[in-house]
Amino acid sequence: MAVLVMAACGGTRGGETTIAGTDTGTPLQGELLVSAAASLADVFAAIGSDFEAANPGVEVQLNLGSSASLRQQVLEGAPADVYASADTANMARLVEAGETTGDPVVFARNRMEIAVPAGNPAAITGLGDFADPRLLIGLCAEQVPCGAYALEVLGNAGVTPSVDSNEPDVRALLTKIAAGELDAGITYLTDVLSAGGGVEGLAIPEDVNVTVDYPIATLAGAPNPEIAARFVDFVFSGQGQAILDGYGFSSP
Amino acid sequence: MTHSKPERRRPGARPPIVLIILGCLGLALFLIPLAGLLARTPWSELPRLLTGDLVTDALRLSLTTSLLATLIAAVIGVPLAWLIARVEFPGRSLVRGVVTLPLVLPPVVGGAALLFALGRRGLIGEPLAGLTGLVLPFSTSGVVLANTFVAMPFLVITVEAALRNLDHRFEAAAATLGAGRWTVLRRVTLPMIGPSLVAGLTLTWARALGEFGATITFAGNLQGRTQTLPLAVFVALESDRDTAVALSLVMVAVSLAVLVILRERWWKAL
Repeated sequence: MAVLVMAACGGTRGGETTIAGTDTGTPLQGELLVSAAASLADVFAAIGSDFEAANPGVEVQLNLGSSASLRQQVLEGAPADVYASADTANMARLVEAGETTGDPVVFARNRMEIAVPAGNPAAITGLGDFADPRLLIGLCAEQVPCGAYALEVLGNAGVTPSVDSNEPDVRALLTKIAAGELDAGITYLTDVLSAGGGVEGLAIPEDVNVTVDYPIATLAGAPNPEIAARFVDFVFSGQGQAILDGYGFSSP
Repeated sequence: MTHSKPERRRPGARPPIVLIILGCLGLALFLIPLAGLLARTPWSELPRLLTGDLVTDALRLSLTTSLLATLIAAVIGVPLAWLIARVEFPGRSLVRGVVTLPLVLPPVVGGAALLFALGRRGLIGEPLAGLTGLVLPFSTSGVVLANTFVAMPFLVITVEAALRNLDHRFEAAAATLGAGRWTVLRRVTLPMIGPSLVAGLTLTWARALGEFGATITFAGNLQGRTQTLPLAVFVALESDRDTAVALSLVMVAVSLAVLVILRERWWKAL
């Protein structure tokens, strides 16, 4: 429900600004496959539907997953048009392999936050609690960006975590925190916002937190390169950036 | 091949060509992915990859949890099969349906259901944790439970079918000759359904070994505690394809070895 409500909010907010996708002449036609990091699920759903509204002939399909597995799919020849990653490392590997057209550009920024079940039943106060072996602590697996960032944050804070589960992606981690099965985890700030009432966020001190860059690029193997380029423009437009802002992302 | 059954077709008669073509297509479906795996295997790196912590921990955990799940399934699944097959009770067909549910349900759904029931905040899990301090999610016991949940239907279905097809007159004859109910079960019934029992146990073990969805949803993923081979493959695929392929190869080798040996020795009935 929360997702639907927020998507609707994004839509109205976007409707007030100019529509970037319609300012060139030819109407676009076809399907666009956007491979986007799991943490972009809700905001890209909103951006996608606004882009569709601005380009009636276009259908946006979101392919969501961890940035690493999406990158792997592209390398194995999956026919995606656009790739949006939650880190620059996975994007760099696609650039190296010659899978992108043009240089990737950072379109949004995010921060990490401590996520606890509603009401904070284990009375977590900060990163120091992550070393307590009596608590059930979850992180994303270190192979996916949210896990790598979490370890970076903990490293900055000098905390060696006592981890009970390395979840395959950020949504799986949030589900277990919302269910109260994990006492605490580290996720993106935007995910705590979109998880609704089941999860509460605790801020991570600025001096140990990391800034998460989201780069986007059109892909060399894109079946619809023209729509892909237009979609990337749309993400950078006032309308696109406003939707991102509505979901808690900050502009680069 | 002294065990072949000559009555099925006359020696020298050719099998219909349509069957050969379709059968080979079926076999190709199984062989082609295997070939893909073998083609991607970094053979020279294999010894180093296979002796790493990640692989040995996952292999040890997978073998112990899948065997424990099979053992538990034998202890509680065979009596369940016997009850469904032999006792008339109201709602029996519903019970049959419930028993086969984990076969149809996506394992992730099964894992979530286990979490809602037996998690720390779950229907049964909360009082259980309050009384005994036992917390099943994120523990090796949780892996065994998830494995048993997903795999036991194979045992129940196989044994139940065998019991229903059994000629009751053998058991009746033993009883008239003075054997008690326990002796009949032990000396007549169990030996007669022996091949089906072995087949059911094998299928259960194989399903438990490959279990992924319910395990990662209910028990999480931690090396040495809950990270079984399938989970290790999944996580490794994200970053280190060579390790993922090596792990997959271990799974294929272990499963194939056990299934082929069992099939040759005991599993002639199916």
